Parts: sequence; C-alpha cells; structure tokens
Amino acid sequence: MTRGRFLDVFVIVALASMPYWMTAIGGYTALATQVVVMGLAAMSLNFLLGFTGVLSFGHAAYFGLGGYGTAMAIKYWNFGTLPAMVVGLATATLAAIVIGGLIVRRRGVYFAMVTIAFGQVFYFIAYRWNEVTGGDDGLSGWSRQSLDLGFANIDIVKDEKAFYYFVLVVFAVCAAAMARLIASPLGRSLVAIRENERRARFLGLNIERRIWLSFVISCFFVSIAGALFALLNNFIDPRALRFDQSGNFVIMAVMGGMRSFWGPLFGAAIFVALSDFVSSRTENWMFFIGLVFVLVVRFFPRGLLGVITRGARA
Amino acid sequence: MSLVEVEAVTKRFGNLTAIENVSLTVAPGELRAIIGPNGAGKTTFFNLISGLFAPSAGKVKFDGRDVTALPPESRVRLGMARTFQITEIFPELSVAENLRIAVELAAGYGLAPWLSGPARRYVNDRLDELLATGALTAKRDIRVGALSHGDQRAAEIMMALALKPRVLLLDEPTAGMGDQETYEVARLVRRLHRHAGLTILLIEHDMRVVFNLADRIMVLAEGRVLAEGTPAEIAADENVQRAYLGEVQV
Repeated sequence: MTRGRFLDVFVIVALASMPYWMTAIGGYTALATQVVVMGLAAMSLNFLLGFTGVLSFGHAAYFGLGGYGTAMAIKYWNFGTLPAMVVGLATATLAAIVIGGLIVRRRGVYFAMVTIAFGQVFYFIAYRWNEVTGGDDGLSGWSRQSLDLGFANIDIVKDEKAFYYFVLVVFAVCAAAMARLIASPLGRSLVAIRENERRARFLGLNIERRIWLSFVISCFFVSIAGALFALLNNFIDPRALRFDQSGNFVIMAVMGGMRSFWGPLFGAAIFVALSDFVSSRTENWMFFIGLVFVLVVRFFPRGLLGVITRGARA
Repeated sequence: MSLVEVEAVTKRFGNLTAIENVSLTVAPGELRAIIGPNGAGKTTFFNLISGLFAPSAGKVKFDGRDVTALPPESRVRLGMARTFQITEIFPELSVAENLRIAVELAAGYGLAPWLSGPARRYVNDRLDELLATGALTAKRDIRVGALSHGDQRAAEIMMALALKPRVLLLDEPTAGMGDQETYEVARLVRRLHRHAGLTILLIEHDMRVVFNLADRIMVLAEGRVLAEGTPAEIAADENVQRAYLGEVQV
C-alpha cells in the first residue's frame, strides 16, 4: 500500500467515524460537521490554489452566495433542502462565471486583489440589503428541511448525526469529483499552468480560459460548502462572505499543504478544532490561530501533509 | 512553396529598433539556422515568429496563412512548436509527466475528465516513442529539474515534438553545454531533420553545430540581415567574417 493510498483509507475511516470519537475528545457532533464543511471549502479553494497555482482571496463570496441562495430559497420559497442547495450553487457558479471572465487576465497578487474587491461587493450587498438578506443580523427564521428522497424521508433537522452523514455524503461526492478531475488530462493541464505558464502556453493552452475554468470549478465546489454551512447553522450572516473568511480558507489550505489533496482538510480540522477550543477560553483566539499558522509555516513550509504526499500525486 | 514566411518585420522597443525589416522564407523540410553576434536580435526575431511579441511592422505567414495577429497558443495549434534558450519545462514533474501533458494536449484530450482505454493506450504508446527518441526511457520517472542540462533540453525538444509540429523552432539548443552534451543535442536535431523530415528553424551560437547541420544560414547583425546562403557561402562571406566570425575567433 503506497503512502497516498494509506492516507486515503485513513481519511475515509476517520471521517466515517468522526461523530463517535469527536465526543470522546471533548467535541460535539456539530463541530465534526463543521470540520467536514470547512474541509470541503478549503479543498475547493485548493483546486485553484494548489493545482492551478492561482491565489484567490475572494472565495468567501461564492461560499456565502451558496449559503444565502440556499437560505433564501428555503425561507422565501419554501424549497426543500436539496432544491435549495441547487439554487445556492447555481447562483454562486453563475457569479463565478461572470466575475471569473472579467478577472482572469490578472495574475498573481493582482488577481488576488481583484478577487477581494469583487468579494467585498457581495459582502456589502448582504450587509446593506436589510429587507432581503437580513443585513448585519443575518438571515434567520428558517431551518433545513428533512430530506425527501421519494422512497424515503430522512430527518436531518433534529438528528445531528443524520445531518453529519448527509454532509459527509455530499463531501464524498465532491471530493471524488475533484480527485477525478485532478488525475485527468484536464487536471494535468492545470498543473502545467502552475508549473510553468510559458511552457503551458507553448503547448497550445489558452491560459486565461483554463484559469477561468478552474476558477469556476473551484467556486462551484466552495458554494456547495457554503450551502452546507448555512444548513448546519440554520442561519447565515454577511461574515460568511467577507474577505477574512476567504483568508481563513487560504490559511487552512496552506497550513494543511496545498500540494496534497487531503492537506486542506487537515488544515481545516486544525483550524476549526483550535478556534472552537480556544475561543471558549479567550476572546483573543485569533492570536493563537495566527501563532499556530506561523509555527506550521516555519517548520512545515509545504504544509502538514506536504511531506507525506510529496510526489504521490502530481 | 514555403512553410514559414516572414515579410519585412520590424520590432521597436521604445527608441531601440531590435529587428529592422527582416524577411525570411523557410521551405518544408528545410533546416535553417539563424546566427549572429550577441544582441543581434535573434531571439527577438524568434519571438515575433512564435507570437510572443507582436511586430511593429511586417507580417508573419505560416503555410500561406497570415498569423501576425494570432497569440502563441493558436500558432502552436497550427503546428508551430518552439523551445527556449533557457529551458522551459515543468521542473517539479517527472520526465514522463512532462511528456504526457504534451501528448494529451496534442491529441486533443486537454478537456477530458477521463480517457477511454484506446485513448489511454495511444497516449502511453506515444509517450514511450518520444522517450525512446529523446534517449530518456531510463530516466522517465526522474524529476526533470534534477536532470543534466542536456537531458533537460532533450526533454524540452521532445515536448515540442509531442505536438507533431510542422515546424520546430529551436532557440540555442546547445547554450551553456559542454562538448559531449552539445554533440548529443546536435545529433538529435540532425536525426529529427534527416529521418523525420521535420522543418527546423534553429538559432545557434556554436558554429560547428551550425555548419554541420544547416541547409541554409541567415546571419543577423544589429537587427538586420547581414547575409544569407549555404554554409559554404556564409563561411566565405567577408562581411560575416568581420561582424561575427572574427569576433568569435578573438
């Protein structure tokens, strides 16, 4: 068994049993769910950051749009959970297609800056448009609906474990899809751009169009994470779209290891567990997150999993 | 009948005229060398042909079609492949991974989320073929960045070749190499030209390489064409000796 395969099995076992050992180490089921949701978000960002080599500081916008779309569809249109999620991810993906098309000509820091700028546009819309978005107070007064699959009706409203496994199934589908894409000719062409843009161009690749595609794929998956985030809390507020949330995704990905597939999930687990643990003890919890981040970057420049999977996946 | 036709191109950078009114016609199957002293504008001229720069004046035609306004990637897809003076590869990936990317893109699989069995076989066969041509089979799983200069160059040329180009542009393929490596690369270029019948446009500094390989030579000096002809004619040209050969011998 290669180290990469071993890691796959480890992650699957750990996630499948998380609600059972989370309480044993002092956590709770919703915290486990949050790990999976944030893990999905960080892995989605990493599709663009780690496997295309393009840094976005605006992914919270699409995370938040996925969340708001889902929340509004349930609150205003009485949609079921799954159709509401579709509304959320369709809205976010559409926004990503339009905005991505406008910004792909920028590179590096400039790209990151415009992603922040566009992200903040959505933040201020959510913040100001009180009648529709609830403004600063957020959007409450709705809750996730039990899953109606036709042949069965699954209660994910009250049963937190059932909701965890619903989130895990969505996560698994998204992770499998991303793994498939990364290991495909399409994924390799994106890695080519990360490795050497000029050579990629002289292999006949239209770089801007590829980065656009990667951006849209990445935003599509992050919006699913956003939808799950809203469903988890039965609530969403403008902070979900703000740039510091985008920064948190980047921290998770970098901390876990952007060159490894599972790295961002580990980064997210540490981030979520640490902020939950420390924030219950001190108001200055962000200080400790920052401290851990600095230590990780100092001693594991490739991220926590950077050492393990180096070379295992291109 | 010509494959590459450059019509009186000029390239200015501010006040500096890097290339002035240079024309070039390359016939199919020809190996044409471009030589000239440092700063003669050879690489700039290549950048105009391959689309990295747009000319200030003049036209570039490929197979009768005006490609002056096309970006590099479109010219590549029409059959124009190139290498660079400083090797442009994917240093963190293995030799096989480097070539696989090129083969898949050339085969039109660049957007495929997966490959069918026959498609995968085709890619693997083509990959093996290219590794063999570049004498890289034994090094297929080594990170390209860890290879010797000569092998990195061979890998880059093989990536260009993977695209099944109709013309191959090589910018100083032996730059910074020792005698043995220079010999290996020159032999590879000769094989591609003689056996595969590939049209090649070559910038070269090493005179031995040029006079042994090229069908015709164009000499650039200070952005202008100084002379053009067969290796024998160029060797006998007084202007060339003064401007270029003299400089090398001193």
